[in-house]
Amino acid sequence: MAIISQLIANGLIAGSIYALVALGYTMVYGILEFINFAHGEVLMIGAYIAYSLVVFVGLPIWLAMLLSMLLSAGIGIIIERLAYRPLRNANRLSPLITAIALSIFLQSVILLIYGADIRTFRTQEITKGHTILGAVITDHQLLIIATTITLMLVLYLFVTRTKLGTAMRAAADNRNLATMIGINTNRIIAIVFAIGSALAAAAGVLVGVEQNLEPTMGVTLGVKAFTAAVIGGIGNIYGAALGGLAIGLIENIGIWFIPSGYKDAIAFFILVIMLLFRPRGILGGKKEEDIRRA
Amino acid sequence: MGYVDHLLILVCIYIILSVSLNLITGYVGLLNLGHAAFFGIGAYASALLVKVVGVPWPAALVLGAILAGIAGLLIGIPCLRLRGDYLAIATLGFGEIIRAVMKNWTSLTRGPRGIPGIPKPELFGYAFTDNGAYLALSFVIMLLVVFIVWRMVASPFGRVLRAIREDEIGAMTLGKNIVKYKLIALSTGAFFAGIAGSLYAHYITFIDPSSFTLLETVLIVSMAVLGGLGSITGSVIGAVILILLPEPLRFLDLPSYVKAAMRQIIYSIILILLIIFRPEGLLGEGAMRTSTMRTSKVRAWLLRIQEKVMRYV
Repeated sequence: MAIISQLIANGLIAGSIYALVALGYTMVYGILEFINFAHGEVLMIGAYIAYSLVVFVGLPIWLAMLLSMLLSAGIGIIIERLAYRPLRNANRLSPLITAIALSIFLQSVILLIYGADIRTFRTQEITKGHTILGAVITDHQLLIIATTITLMLVLYLFVTRTKLGTAMRAAADNRNLATMIGINTNRIIAIVFAIGSALAAAAGVLVGVEQNLEPTMGVTLGVKAFTAAVIGGIGNIYGAALGGLAIGLIENIGIWFIPSGYKDAIAFFILVIMLLFRPRGILGGKKEEDIRRA
Repeated sequence: MGYVDHLLILVCIYIILSVSLNLITGYVGLLNLGHAAFFGIGAYASALLVKVVGVPWPAALVLGAILAGIAGLLIGIPCLRLRGDYLAIATLGFGEIIRAVMKNWTSLTRGPRGIPGIPKPELFGYAFTDNGAYLALSFVIMLLVVFIVWRMVASPFGRVLRAIREDEIGAMTLGKNIVKYKLIALSTGAFFAGIAGSLYAHYITFIDPSSFTLLETVLIVSMAVLGGLGSITGSVIGAVILILLPEPLRFLDLPSYVKAAMRQIIYSIILILLIIFRPEGLLGEGAMRTSTMRTSKVRAWLLRIQEKVMRYV
């Protein structure tokens, strides 16, 4: 029993990070109907920014995280402006190709700056975890869950209770109609990129607290989060949160049944299965015809 | 001249890769982000067949390629139902799954430690141990592949492929079984990538999963996009340029990870700039072409040369 509850706890912790990242994919997809493949790299850069602030500047981790979220939001806006906006009216594959090239570019830049060594900013002593229902959970992990819940709550309030959030939902629902009633969709798109990138940076810092930093850390995390967005129904914000938890649980419980080396492949497998059999996801996002051909 | 031969061998291998990707992405319009996986399947299968089973190299080359082709069919059958960008992500996922298998099926692939000491190919008792001889071998195989793909796309079959790329529903109304055509293009492209894999494995004599990552796929995509999607001559030129372009880096006195990063930066910047400013590449048609395209002097010049060459083929 202890093992099962440990696996579930691990799944929920990993899942809450995937959920944070999945929100970025799903919000961008909701408005632009395009897969922002470089999103995982924003996460990685966010983690490295926070790392630099903690290790070189000596800031406390919470402040580093906030600053990293702000800076990453700016990076997200720049990426959209330079790499995606010129292609807004091109065919579907063009922005996907630039996004992939961009993600390789960003990885290489970070590799140049920080070198090939694995970095870590575990600042505190590793403490003995608390035992909750048989699962051992460390303070860090509790912090991850608390941060995730807080950020999601803030996002929820922003989307439902503010004028900007309403405009965002309108733009996601029908971009042309939103433009017609006077919503500046370019601004909304920039805001969506900013929010998504800030959340990804937060996720990057949370991952960095637990694990090591590597220039390629964004790739697998990105694909898992994208899978999470598809599971929940791409374009659907609540679906992304749900999908994140689902993928975290599936992959952690999955290593009961298959060798743990295949853990990272589970997400890809689920992604393909979901796209084939239920492309709208659990909660239903954008129309099914958009995903399946003919 | 060992170094020049080495570069030219790589050029031959990458021409096969970019031409085979072009068949899939340029002519039918399926963005395939799992091309490195087909490359890897060919490399692993051929290396293991020769080294462990003791199959003669020519048979291993063909078997490895067939295996890659079958992998193309297996990924194609379910995924061709998906729309363009989802197909791309699904092929990317497939590529990562193949790499996970290479890493984890240690009893077969030795995992991350890779397979060392892959024998050089032997044909009728002659071993291609010398770089010059290997170059001749790769050159002949490359010519053969390019010729076959060229005949394919120039035939009525190729016209259907382009019709599917330009207007899928239109092609369907003409009674074309578009899934069948896509599957043939995908598995043929995968087959040729498998051939490139075998050439690579027996040339380098060592393979490990890190040679078949997404970076490799993106390099191949860059070659095809640079040359122009939907142009075989373009793919050949693209492969030559992108293999030779970062070579001067080799002579700089820098740590190897810096050089690797700089190569990737060069490739990715070229790809981004191309897609934004010149999506049709040097010679491309269709797929990526934008309405505002102008015929440039370079393009006209390249097309003239291509015409002259074709007269002799």
